[in-house]
Amino acid sequence: MLVLVEQSLNGLQFGLLLFLLAAGLTLVFGIMDFVNLAHGSLYMMGAYFAATFVAWTGSFVLGILLALGATLLLGILLEFIALRHLYGRDHLDQVLATFGLILFFNDAVRLIWGPAGLSLPLPAWLTVPVQIVPGVFYPAYRLSIIVVALAVAALLYVVVMRTRIGMLIRAGASNREMIGALGINIKLLFTLVFGLGAALAGLAGLMQAPILTVQIGMGENILILAFVIIVIGGIGSIRGAFLAAIFVGMIDTLGRAFLPDLLRTVLSSAAASTAAPALSSMLIYLLMAIVLVVRPEGLFPAAKR
Amino acid sequence: MKPHINASNVIAALVALCLTLLPLYSAATGNIFILTLFTRIVIFALAAASLNLIMGYGGMMSFGHAAYLGIGGYAVGILAYEGIGSGFIQWPVALAVSALYAFVIGALSLRTRGVYFIMITLAFAQMAYYVTSGLSRYGGDDGLTIYKRSNFAGLIDLSNRVQFYYLCLACLFGGVYLIWRIVNSRFGMVVQGVRSNEQRMQAIGFHANRYRLVCFVISGTICGLAGALLANNTDFISPATMYWTRSGDLMVMVILGGMGSLFGPVIGTIVFLVLEEVLSQFTEYWALIMGPLLLLIVLFAHGGIMGVLGRLSRA
Repeated sequence: MLVLVEQSLNGLQFGLLLFLLAAGLTLVFGIMDFVNLAHGSLYMMGAYFAATFVAWTGSFVLGILLALGATLLLGILLEFIALRHLYGRDHLDQVLATFGLILFFNDAVRLIWGPAGLSLPLPAWLTVPVQIVPGVFYPAYRLSIIVVALAVAALLYVVVMRTRIGMLIRAGASNREMIGALGINIKLLFTLVFGLGAALAGLAGLMQAPILTVQIGMGENILILAFVIIVIGGIGSIRGAFLAAIFVGMIDTLGRAFLPDLLRTVLSSAAASTAAPALSSMLIYLLMAIVLVVRPEGLFPAAKR
Repeated sequence: MKPHINASNVIAALVALCLTLLPLYSAATGNIFILTLFTRIVIFALAAASLNLIMGYGGMMSFGHAAYLGIGGYAVGILAYEGIGSGFIQWPVALAVSALYAFVIGALSLRTRGVYFIMITLAFAQMAYYVTSGLSRYGGDDGLTIYKRSNFAGLIDLSNRVQFYYLCLACLFGGVYLIWRIVNSRFGMVVQGVRSNEQRMQAIGFHANRYRLVCFVISGTICGLAGALLANNTDFISPATMYWTRSGDLMVMVILGGMGSLFGPVIGTIVFLVLEEVLSQFTEYWALIMGPLLLLIVLFAHGGIMGVLGRLSRA
């Protein structure tokens, strides 16, 4: 029972992290109609920036804030130099160009930081376990990820649904040409949305960094997961991304935690320990395949153009 | 349909000639490396050509084409591991399994369009990737070493570099010829018609998805053949063969050479892999140049190398 609570919390934490990544992706996709494979690279850059700035300033909080700003700037720069010329192009062109950017970022990181991974040590006040219900302890850092991600999700909701800029974003998602015709500076809006997406990806990366090592290619697996999430949730839908992300996070974590034991009841122990991780990784793709076959537009399709 | 004489066709013929004469050059100069490199290139060119059939002519953007490389390869590897060394069994099995996989995922994926199609093909390829990493009997994540290449009863010796190269080249030329015949057949015309305007084709009485599915299966089967060749070339097969970046590489090769041109993918593959080889000799960080180069190609060279050649020859 205790394990179940702990693993569910882990699943929730992973799901929320995935949401941060997927939210940026789905915003950019929904509004600019732009497939950005390099989103995972921004996630990686967020983690590398954080590891560097924390070591540099000696302060965890300051380092993370600097890293967040740096990823935001990098995103805006990337959009300004290269990606804005790809809006309105074929999706395939976008996939190809951003695939090139992945290659570039991976080698750029290898050149600057070297091939070995970095680690981002936590400050002492984040390593203590917290008692959430009597008898159940949970690492403070993972708990803080849940809190921060929920806060960001709430903030995103308020910004998108309750502010003028959010109104423009939603309008842009349903009809780009029209809001341009109404005199909105659509280029600026796009740059802003892209920067926001980059910052969210960076935030996800730097929050994940203390749990895993900061390494080259860390953004690639998780990028595919984020794509699965926005496809399950319906492209352009933040609400869909949120629910799908929690769902995927839970399935992934619980599958990894409980499938090995479950399989051991039917298979030999050795076969189960190889088959289980493979099977739990597959579950998510299976889910996506089923969703797409049953509802080809995802669970919560954004408003039709 | 008669071939015309224009810049792209002349280049294609020259490239085909050079590929045919390559072993002579290699023997004359004693440069074995170039033969090994080009064996790999020819195999990937076959895979890229098969991808071009559905991407360029069928309008189906598959982001999971590397799965067939893995499936074809594993069919050969697993049969060899179980003691069945005959190529007359291994290769038909590789083709049949690839065709079956293509049929199943095609039937499901073709319900979706556009980006959703890109993503669902990717998802299925990732599933195949994880299935093979879970095969503990066949090495799991670490992959499977193939100790003996496919045995064709003395007809051809796959361990002989030159013979193996010519076998790969014959498969490539055969594949490209097959695709040429398909594209110019009634069937191919329907598939291209569906790409241009699905509704109209439906309205005049064609089952668009049936034609698409058959095209998808043919493409997957050809790529499965490339997988069987690849496994024999490397004497090794691992899940990494079907990792999603490999599917991305295949897409790059097709688009670089020119999507929807018959010989474009072959040239794209040569340029991509040779560039990778040359750049990695200059610097360890070859992707620093390759990445932005891809971006520039997408931004400025529409239609890939063949597209640029076509424009040049008209100008």
